[in-house]
Formats: sequence, C-alpha cells, structure tokens
Amino acid sequence: MSEGISQPDAPIEADRAASEKDLFSKFDDIIGQREALLAGGFEDPFNLVMEKVLSPTRAICNGRDTILLGTYNYMGMTFDPDVIEAGKQALEQFGSGTTGSRVLNGTYQGHREVEQALREFYAMDHAMVFSTGYQANLGIISTVAGKGDYVVLDIDSHASIWDGCSLGNAEIVPFRHNDLDALEKRLRRIPEGAGKLVVLEGVYSMLGDVAPLKEMIAIAKKHGAMVLVDEAHSMGFIGPNGRGVAEEQGVIGEVDFIIGTFSKSVGTVGGFCVSNHPKFEILRLVCRPYVFTASLPPSVVATAATSVRKLMHGSNKRAHLWENSKRLHGGLTALGFTLGTQEPQSAIVAVIMPDLERGAAMWEALLHEGLYVNLARPPATPAGMTLLRCSLCAEHSAEEVETILGMFERAGKAVGII
Amino acid sequence: MDRAEVDERIRKLIEPFNKKGVAIEDGTTFAGDLEFDSLTVMDFVAAIEDEFDIIISMNQQAEIETYGQLVDAVCRLQGN
Repeated sequence: MSEGISQPDAPIEADRAASEKDLFSKFDDIIGQREALLAGGFEDPFNLVMEKVLSPTRAICNGRDTILLGTYNYMGMTFDPDVIEAGKQALEQFGSGTTGSRVLNGTYQGHREVEQALREFYAMDHAMVFSTGYQANLGIISTVAGKGDYVVLDIDSHASIWDGCSLGNAEIVPFRHNDLDALEKRLRRIPEGAGKLVVLEGVYSMLGDVAPLKEMIAIAKKHGAMVLVDEAHSMGFIGPNGRGVAEEQGVIGEVDFIIGTFSKSVGTVGGFCVSNHPKFEILRLVCRPYVFTASLPPSVVATAATSVRKLMHGSNKRAHLWENSKRLHGGLTALGFTLGTQEPQSAIVAVIMPDLERGAAMWEALLHEGLYVNLARPPATPAGMTLLRCSLCAEHSAEEVETILGMFERAGKAVGII
Repeated sequence: MDRAEVDERIRKLIEPFNKKGVAIEDGTTFAGDLEFDSLTVMDFVAAIEDEFDIIISMNQQAEIETYGQLVDAVCRLQGN
C-alpha cells in the first residue's frame, strides 16, 4: 500500500519515456538489460578503470591491487625498457603526433622503420602500417574485394572483418566456423571467373581456438581464391618465429595477406598488412581507411619497431607463455570449469559461464579476489555464450598462475559454478 | 524446376528450423514470425544452398525478408 502511494507517478513516467520515440529507441533493449544487471548490485563489467598500471601483469583497478588476466599483452612488451626508451626519444625528436595522412605529411622515418621491421619479422616483401588493427582489416578487405568479387569468411570472424565486408561492395558468403566442407562447397558454387577472397583467422579470440589453416588454405587455393589470414592473436607467440598459426602449420608461403596488430603482443597500438604480392604497394593510394586518417604518432611507431625486433628473439618468453597456458588450462579443467577448447591452443583460455547473470557475478567475485578477466557476451561471442576470457602473458610467473587458480576456485564456489 | 516444386522442397527444409510450428505462407517473415537468429539463418541458408546447389550471398539475403521472397529468389538463382 505504502509503495503505491510513494510511486504514483512511475507508470506515467514510463509511458512518457516509451512514447518519446527517437533515433535512440532502437537501443532500449540493451539499455534495459544493462540497467537490470547494474540494479542487481554488480560492479559494471564494462566500465572498469585502471588507476595505476604497475607492470604488464598488475594494476590498481577500482582501487584494488589486481592481477591482469584479461589483456592482450601476451609477450609483456608494454614496460620493456628498450621499447619505452625508443618511444621517449621519438617523442622528443619528432613530437607528439604527425597531424597527417600517411600519403601526405604523415609518413616519418619511424613509419618506414616499423614497416622494415615487419618485412624482416615476416620475411615478406611488403608491409603497410595502419592506425589500428581494425582499420587494417577494414581497409584491405573492402579494397581488395570489389563489386562482383566474393568474400568467403568464417562466421565467427572478428567485427573488423565483418565491417570490412560491409564497407566494400563484394558479395559476402559466410561458412560455419572452421568447417572445411562448408568452405569447399561455397567456393565451388561461386560463378566462374569471379574474384575470390577467403578470410580466416589464426586464433579466434573468443574461445581461443586455432583454425585448420593448412587444410583450409589448400581448399582455397584449389579454387583459385586469394587468402587473407588475421594473425592478431598469434603474432609473437605461435610459430617457430612467432609469425602465427600459418607459420606453425607450414603454410605461411601460401597466404596472400597477413593482417596483424601492434595492440597485442607488440604492446602499443596500430595495425598492418604484410604480403608478397608484386602490386601490393598500390594499396597505399586506393585504400581509404589508410589514406583518410592521421598516421600513428612517432612515439608509437618507434615503440612498435623496437618491440617487433625484440619479438624476433622471444623464443624463451614464448616457451614460458606456453607453460602458463597449459597450466591454467589444466588447472581450471581439474577444478571443474567448462572451457572453450578441450586442450590449450593459444594464450587465450575461455571459461564458459552458464548465463550472463552468473558470468557477471563470477567476474565480480574474481575482481574482489584481485583478478581481472574479460567478461565477453553476445554479440561478440559465438552461439550466444557468456565467457570469462583469460589471456595469459609471458610475464605471469608460475606462482602467479597458481594464485590465479586459487582465486578461480574460491570465486567459482562462492558463485556456485563449480 | 517450377515454383511449386521449389516451394515444396523449401517447405520440407524449413521444418526442423520452424520450432514453434508457425504456419508458413508467402508473407511469413524469417526475423519476425519465425524468430530466426543469425546462426539459424546461416544453417537454414546452408541447407537451401546444398539442396539446390546454389549460393545465396548475404547481400542477396538482405533482400529476402519473407518466405515468398525466398522461394522467388531460389527460382531465380536456379535459372542462372
């Protein structure tokens, strides 16, 4: 009764809000879902602030000393002394930004040097650096595949790949995740004479699973398609020289375009494409996401170049990162969690949550334990899953991984997931 | 293959995806009436592509909102 008296206006207020339809009305469902989550008393999983960053693996998050297990800092390069020194020098000598496009006033010595470092890292003829990894996919896919051409892509592709498809004018044909037969059938049915681009990823970032590139690329080549592989989550870590899954599976020579990023193992921001195609350089003039944006700041390309060169000699770090991934995967499995892959395939270990509500509760319980992981949910995730995505770093010590497992055990029992 | 035969074949293919047993008419919409999400669309499109040995790109799918439009599109693609 008293509730009724204290809220006489509530229904009218709600009616008024609902009746005021404008361009934002399409977001009402997600606004409602988010408000319901926060009303449950959860800390906002998508509004975390790192007040201090102590190292590649530790930060002060929302006031707590926290182990970072949800960054893409796989090789721990962000605080490397040589990398930081290179950035400082470039900042002092070349200023804070280029204020211009790569094709006008935005190509400095540093941009050339980082492209040279990439050519050496991948042993390829050409390298083109974009301002972000997102723009690299956006630019290459939308430019290379034009009207009348076909882009055949995995349904679980990253948003930047899908957006590259949307930006371009090609016919877009998806196939079931990692399904060789589905890929083959689609390629076979494409009309004779049409240009074909097959877009794959080395490591799929949501579940951390690896693509059967060897088989897929063989199918693509049999049907005369060019192949683009996004190796964002494998660079520096997978393959004998850290060149990615295509190198690991012995088919890097068959790949026409490798897309990568500086925002993961390299430890800064930026994206790139490397290729052996003899006409590759023309893309600098015709690729709009390359031309119509400012180039990376000098300090960023200087840190990237230094980091890429150091990653060429990172075999010990790679070995330790694999140990971490195997231990975390095995430990979580033993505790009774459901993981995205049966065995560790990359530096990503995805823990599958029963639903968003318990996923958010588990995320918060881990944060209170002093552990940060990524809460991933639809539409970023496949099949409507809610995931707690753990990404390991070569700088996590073996002891830290044990600490992390203890945190998962306590949080998982508290929330009732294990 | 005439429109009636295409219609009959697609009607069979749609059954496992029509979980609520919605009555299928030419005006039935995939997103609204049948509540297909993106994964269901992919599987359903793959089933049709396999049945008729055709390819329906996402660009073409964007133009297909109703069952009748799908039958028409398959007839057209078969003619090619």
